Amino acid sequence: MTISRSEYKKMADKASPGTTYGKNLFFAFLVGGAICVLGQALVNFYMRSGMDIKEARAWVSITLIGLSALLTALKVYDNIAKFAGAGTLVPITGFANSIVAPAMEFKSEGYVVGIGGKMFVIAGPVLVYSTSAAILYGLIVWFFHLY
Amino acid sequence: MPTRIGKYTLELNKKPVILGYAAVVGKKEGEGPLGEYFDQCHNDTKLGESTWEKAESRLQNEAVLLALNKAGLKNTDIDCIFAGDLLNQCISSTFGLRGLNIPFLGQYGACSTMAQTLAIASVFTESGAAENTVAVTSSHFCSAERQFRFPLEYGGQRTPTAQWTATAAGAMVIGSPEKKQEGQITVEALSFGRITDLGIKDAANMGAAMAPSAAQTLTDYFHDTGDSPADYDVILTGDLGQVGSNLLQQILMKDSIDISAVHNDCGLMIYDRKKQDVHAGGSGCGCSAAVLCSYIMRQMLEGKLHKVLFLGTGALMSPTSSQQGESIPGVAHLVYLKA
Repeated sequence: MTISRSEYKKMADKASPGTTYGKNLFFAFLVGGAICVLGQALVNFYMRSGMDIKEARAWVSITLIGLSALLTALKVYDNIAKFAGAGTLVPITGFANSIVAPAMEFKSEGYVVGIGGKMFVIAGPVLVYSTSAAILYGLIVWFFHLY
Repeated sequence: MPTRIGKYTLELNKKPVILGYAAVVGKKEGEGPLGEYFDQCHNDTKLGESTWEKAESRLQNEAVLLALNKAGLKNTDIDCIFAGDLLNQCISSTFGLRGLNIPFLGQYGACSTMAQTLAIASVFTESGAAENTVAVTSSHFCSAERQFRFPLEYGGQRTPTAQWTATAAGAMVIGSPEKKQEGQITVEALSFGRITDLGIKDAANMGAAMAPSAAQTLTDYFHDTGDSPADYDVILTGDLGQVGSNLLQQILMKDSIDISAVHNDCGLMIYDRKKQDVHAGGSGCGCSAAVLCSYIMRQMLEGKLHKVLFLGTGALMSPTSSQQGESIPGVAHLVYLKA
């Protein structure tokens, strides 16, 4: 076999079809946008029910998380996400899915090491680095008296 | 005893025979183009079990029992069983076969396991170390996903080069040639592959990672035997899929070996890529095992195929090696079957 690593890399790159960005962007925009519209509709709904904007927003997050968890449990969420990509991944619904999916999957290993141990296997890094970023941001604000 | 031809090929002189074979698959595979050839298709991919691992174990157990039944043999007639799968510590094999009471040798060759177990079982029978042997392997989409990738319900997107792990098991009973009847299939020769790594790191492009190993083993075999692709009815690779199959043909063409007229790939045969959303094709130990132990065997017994080079291809990485940034080593083992 007379082929070098660099030669094969070029050959493999050429033979491997790339992601269809146009289609993915379109569906991500469509579904991600739809989730945001739903969020806004929920804000309006909760405010009309007498909540202030802060309270209404908290309830919107709770509702979207609940809905995402429900759709994950009903085995529907991943089928939407297959087309929507970042459209379902980026909103808070994606975060909820990333916690519920491993909780369901690893139930077979028990409630402690299975659900408890594996629930944050995907969301864990997000939590670690978002919390770290928040601390860093807080320190900058505090040191430079930006508040 | 086998005779070594060249550096890598073993010619079997007594020529062990395939006494029985069986393939058991899941729903998606049953709905694929080869559905009618499988011995059993389970519409419930969990097979009524409580876990995916137990379901995969059952696939393997059923495949062995069906193959034994077809061979007209009992578990006590088997001297040794060679089995493997993709799960850590090969638990599908050990748990699936623990009740059979047959001397067991676990094998790990990733998706090349069918070719590996079949080759070793044939050498055992050829050498007289065993009279009857069994080679079996399995994979299950759901047990593989949770070990190698993401939870099933996680909303991720698969890349176009990704392949779909087949929910399938295939088993073969190999016996001594004295039991040969008219129309049986014999194991003529084999080549154990060398580990080949041309630096592919993308675990979602295993076809590209494995293609060089398939090219290496085929080149070795043709060099050792002096044969050419035209001497065979089909060169059947395990699970290179669309990307890997294309790359294999390109690599071999660089050495002026043209297999395009006789090449096919189990990963391209087991699913309808246009309708079944499997991206680059099927993969997993069970993919090549189920295609070989059903459609290919039937074609050979019906006289439509005579000389088959079966080339199981395996990607020898683990989630740990991929996370540590290692490239993916591949291996391919070749078995020459003749009807």
